[in-house]
Amino acid sequence: MIELTNAKKSYGAAKALQGVTLTLETGKIIGIAGENGSGKSTLLKSIAGVSPIDSGSLLIDGNPVSRKDAERIAYLPDADMFYSYFTVEQLFAYYRSQFADFNEAKAKEVLEFLEVSLSSKMKSLSKGMRGRAKMAATLGRESRYYLMDEPFSGLDPMVRGDLVKGLIRFTDLEHQTLILSTHEIREVETLLDELVLLKNGKVLAHRQLDDIRGETGLDMVEWMTNLTKAGAAG
Amino acid sequence: MGLDFDKDKPIYQQLIERLSGDIIRGVRKPGDKLPSVREYAIDVGVNANTVQRVYKEMESMELTETRRGQGSFITENEERLQLLRDSKKTDLVKSFIANVEAYGFSKTEIMELVRREIQ
Repeated sequence: MIELTNAKKSYGAAKALQGVTLTLETGKIIGIAGENGSGKSTLLKSIAGVSPIDSGSLLIDGNPVSRKDAERIAYLPDADMFYSYFTVEQLFAYYRSQFADFNEAKAKEVLEFLEVSLSSKMKSLSKGMRGRAKMAATLGRESRYYLMDEPFSGLDPMVRGDLVKGLIRFTDLEHQTLILSTHEIREVETLLDELVLLKNGKVLAHRQLDDIRGETGLDMVEWMTNLTKAGAAG
Repeated sequence: MGLDFDKDKPIYQQLIERLSGDIIRGVRKPGDKLPSVREYAIDVGVNANTVQRVYKEMESMELTETRRGQGSFITENEERLQLLRDSKKTDLVKSFIANVEAYGFSKTEIMELVRREIQ
């Protein structure tokens, strides 16, 4: 379980998280949505142990998050942080050297499912193929938590569909939890158990998807638009 | 990608309706084994927790039964299956009538037309 209480984070004068209180249970697929600058990436970075919060508390399985957690949490950043001259195989070797939980056989299985060749060079891959290779490396880790920042951004809808299937197939919700931020809510609606909607560095809503549909008769995008507008007016 | 879903109804409900429809049409027969939660989740492109919920609800509706260590099977209880068919029939006819009435057609008018069309 991930528990944030009044978590705050600023980059200089820019307030990225302005008091986030949020409990994320294990065994779920949870989407983080919100407009640009709402704090999605910062939230994921904080949980991943990459960028600590300034104040408030952030517990993972009851323990405060530290840099050490980067070893326990499989984090897929939005930016391309990989050496571009790596082949996919070298990328996997790098992961093996960095993360004790990296299961190369699983990573290769994901890669095959997503139809990327092991010998391709990262820099010669299209953005879509590179996205798949990164996802294969991330899912290759047998972590309790997967955190993915915009895993679908810039990919065409066909590729997104494949990635969604890959995520369903290669995560085991009896033991694992997947948290992902995305703009492409429409494509991941069927994937998610819950949605957290952020606005201006705060949690605007946190709901079960099937409850939203059942109660409001709205799909995710309509529901979010309504809430975000109401939040802006209020 | 897997299936298309209506946007205004919970996905688990739509999956229950889909599987029930399969049973009524005979695509899935009494005693047939349902795919595992994982297989079905991947097949239809939804979260495994959602499929888990579908299977649980179908079991509590007595449409399926779980055999320990073997998975979920379509019930062989003919009475229960008849009930499922009857309720589907009733739902279809009721929604048809509601649609027709919304246009202001009279019941007698419709009865006549249905009788003629069905022959």
